[in-house]
Amino acid sequence: MKNVNEESSRRNFLKIGLMSGGAVIAGASIVKALANEEPKKTGEMVKVLTADGKMVEVDSSMINHPSEQVLKEHAIREGIAGKKFIMVIDLARCANERKCIEGCQSMHGMLAPIEYIKVKRMQDSELAAPYWFPQTCYQCDNPPCTKVCPVDATFKRTDGIVVVDSERCIGCKFCMAACPYSARTFNFGRPEQIAFTEAHKTDQDKCCTSPSTEGTVSKCDFCPESAAKGILPSCVTECPNGTIFFGDELEDAVTNGEETFRLSELLQKRAGYRQFEELGTKPRVYYLPPVNRQFPFEEATEVHNQAE
Amino acid sequence: MIMTKNDILLDKTTFETFTQEEYMVMKSDLLQPVQKIGTWGKVWIGFLITICLLGIYAYYIQESKSKYVTVSLRDYTMWGVYISNFVFFVALSLIGVLMSAVLKLTHFEWYRPLSRIAEIIAVAAIMLAGVSIVAAMGRPDRLHFLLLHGRIQSPIVWDIIVIMTYLVTSLILLFIPLIPSLSTCKNHLTGKPKWQMKMYEILSFGWEGTAEQWKILKKSMKILTVLVIPLGVSIHTVTAWLFATTLRAEWDSTNFGAYFVSGAFLLGVAGMVVAVFVIRKAYNLEKYLTEMHFDKLGQALVLMSFIYIYFNINEYLVPAYKMSGLHANHLLSLFTGEEAFFYWSVILFGMVIPGILPLFPKMRKPLPLFIITIGVVIAAWFKRYLIVIPGLAHPYLPIQDVPNSWKHYSPSLVEMTIVAATFAAMLLIVTLFSRFFPIISVWEVAEGKLEGKDEIINYK
Ligand code: SF4
Ligand code: SF4
Repeated sequence: MKNVNEESSRRNFLKIGLMSGGAVIAGASIVKALANEEPKKTGEMVKVLTADGKMVEVDSSMINHPSEQVLKEHAIREGIAGKKFIMVIDLARCANERKCIEGCQSMHGMLAPIEYIKVKRMQDSELAAPYWFPQTCYQCDNPPCTKVCPVDATFKRTDGIVVVDSERCIGCKFCMAACPYSARTFNFGRPEQIAFTEAHKTDQDKCCTSPSTEGTVSKCDFCPESAAKGILPSCVTECPNGTIFFGDELEDAVTNGEETFRLSELLQKRAGYRQFEELGTKPRVYYLPPVNRQFPFEEATEVHNQAE
Repeated sequence: MIMTKNDILLDKTTFETFTQEEYMVMKSDLLQPVQKIGTWGKVWIGFLITICLLGIYAYYIQESKSKYVTVSLRDYTMWGVYISNFVFFVALSLIGVLMSAVLKLTHFEWYRPLSRIAEIIAVAAIMLAGVSIVAAMGRPDRLHFLLLHGRIQSPIVWDIIVIMTYLVTSLILLFIPLIPSLSTCKNHLTGKPKWQMKMYEILSFGWEGTAEQWKILKKSMKILTVLVIPLGVSIHTVTAWLFATTLRAEWDSTNFGAYFVSGAFLLGVAGMVVAVFVIRKAYNLEKYLTEMHFDKLGQALVLMSFIYIYFNINEYLVPAYKMSGLHANHLLSLFTGEEAFFYWSVILFGMVIPGILPLFPKMRKPLPLFIITIGVVIAAWFKRYLIVIPGLAHPYLPIQDVPNSWKHYSPSLVEMTIVAATFAAMLLIVTLFSRFFPIISVWEVAEGKLEGKDEIINYK
């Protein structure tokens, strides 16, 4: 199993906790301190960025890092406090390398042909150039999928993520009918998949918000477990071209691990848009149009998901 | 004191006028199917039970093995024949509304021998609609979550509420007019096992036919009859909303509720013709289910076909005129593409033929009408298939890079067996009912006769 990319996680992406009101940039390797304990000095100094942009050094114990325990208990229904996760996909950078798909599959323990993130060949009209279009669940702010669920098994969290609780889902598939983006997949119990899940049941490096089980719906969940630890989602870190940016809307910043942008600026300058805005679903995933491409468009030469 | 007709009916002593010779003949005619089950009757029941058992076995396979193997549903067409079968049965259950309640309230006296047939079909259909839904569920073991965690904003929960209410109302509406018949059974059937007689005794709740009892019976029937109409319309409207509340272009239609209900009424008339034809032949009830009934039902069939055609024009031709990018794929696949053969056959057999042929009186004779309506029933099933499945095959974002089975849905053997079993189970419920209870309400027919409404049984 692929380990989470420590490099990029170390790289300034999410504010993990607030210390004296400043935006803090921290790494996953920081020694954790339980929120309710008197912080003991560790002697390890970390650099953090304050709200007014100054770099200061503080003892690592001062950083309020949620413990594993707290993460497990943050109850999949509630979301991570003070966050509004958001994604920006730069279509000019996508060369259909499918690394995001593979990274996601290994992170979530899903086998092809199940893809939480898909890369589609799009061509808006005959004369327009084709382009590659990575597509996740858009974690819509007005999600038609959660509205129709009869048992509240899929819901919108405070951090903007739409999650499926596979312990609750009754498998009616109404949410799949309701999602206009076909973002959801159903676990029909494909034998290979079941065997794989069984074999990797105890793996610790998986994103495990609510692992897919037979007879229930699952989908892209923005890897909230990783996000809580300050680690970027797999699709972001795996992309060799830095196509996918992830971040926090409240913080107004997104990063692909290499570059970090101010979200509002990026969307304004690069004419960010959301797919099918007219449906009123208010996706939390923005696209940057495929202009000034980094790669010439090449048709896919092989088919990937032919095996039944 | 001058007695009105109603008083005569309500008066116990005059009620005895029913027990004249003629009434006794009628009674024994109508009790005939209950009195004796012939060889063919037994073979038929055995056949239906076999198919039901096969269906149960298929369901066992489906649930014990991987659904990826046993069922051909995939991520894009994740609703298949189970859901279209569910819609079909919900539609069929509206037969009770149309054939018993509407006719009763509008004083079409020929409803009398038909109402119980319609009610039992309605009850059976709504039960099998429920079975179809459970068959479609990924986790049927979590069915009770609907009670524990049900949320009112989900159309599924609305559907469950109205369907349950409709089922209960229909059951009561079936049962109440059955009470006098039960006491008839108790008094006139011979040579039946003890438990059966005991059942009549218990279920007839000490019915004696007093004026008071008749009064209560009539009153409660009237209330329920009125109640069942809006309920019936809502179950099918809400079922239509399961589709119409999604953003998918092919279902995103304000026409859907009315379109579904009108289709259900057409199916109701057709189902009635089929049932009446078979029951009439099998139980030699030509005296009660007369050619007049076929004549009237044939006329109703024409009316319902035209109403349904009207809604179909709204549903398909108006978007087709615009051919917007959102609808084009779907509509073209229906009109000229993959599904065209099905689509046009359904239009022909399910709407055009029943709309035109029964305009000619000759076609309203039992046999021709029976053949026409068999076509309508089959077309109606495929119509629901065409609403559900191609609707899923054309999502907004293109389907790419998936295995072949993900692109084309065709039901697996397990799915087809279960669907066949739901049909067998429906026929079984109706058959068994008609073998234990008079399928034509003795007293309702007699009452019509007593009130001088001779046309009911003495047509021509
Ligand atoms: S993309 Fe689909 S599944 Fe994801 S939140 Fe939006 S409607 Fe729901
Ligand atoms: S399939 Fe599961 S998550 Fe989706 S609507 Fe049904 S119960 Fe809810």
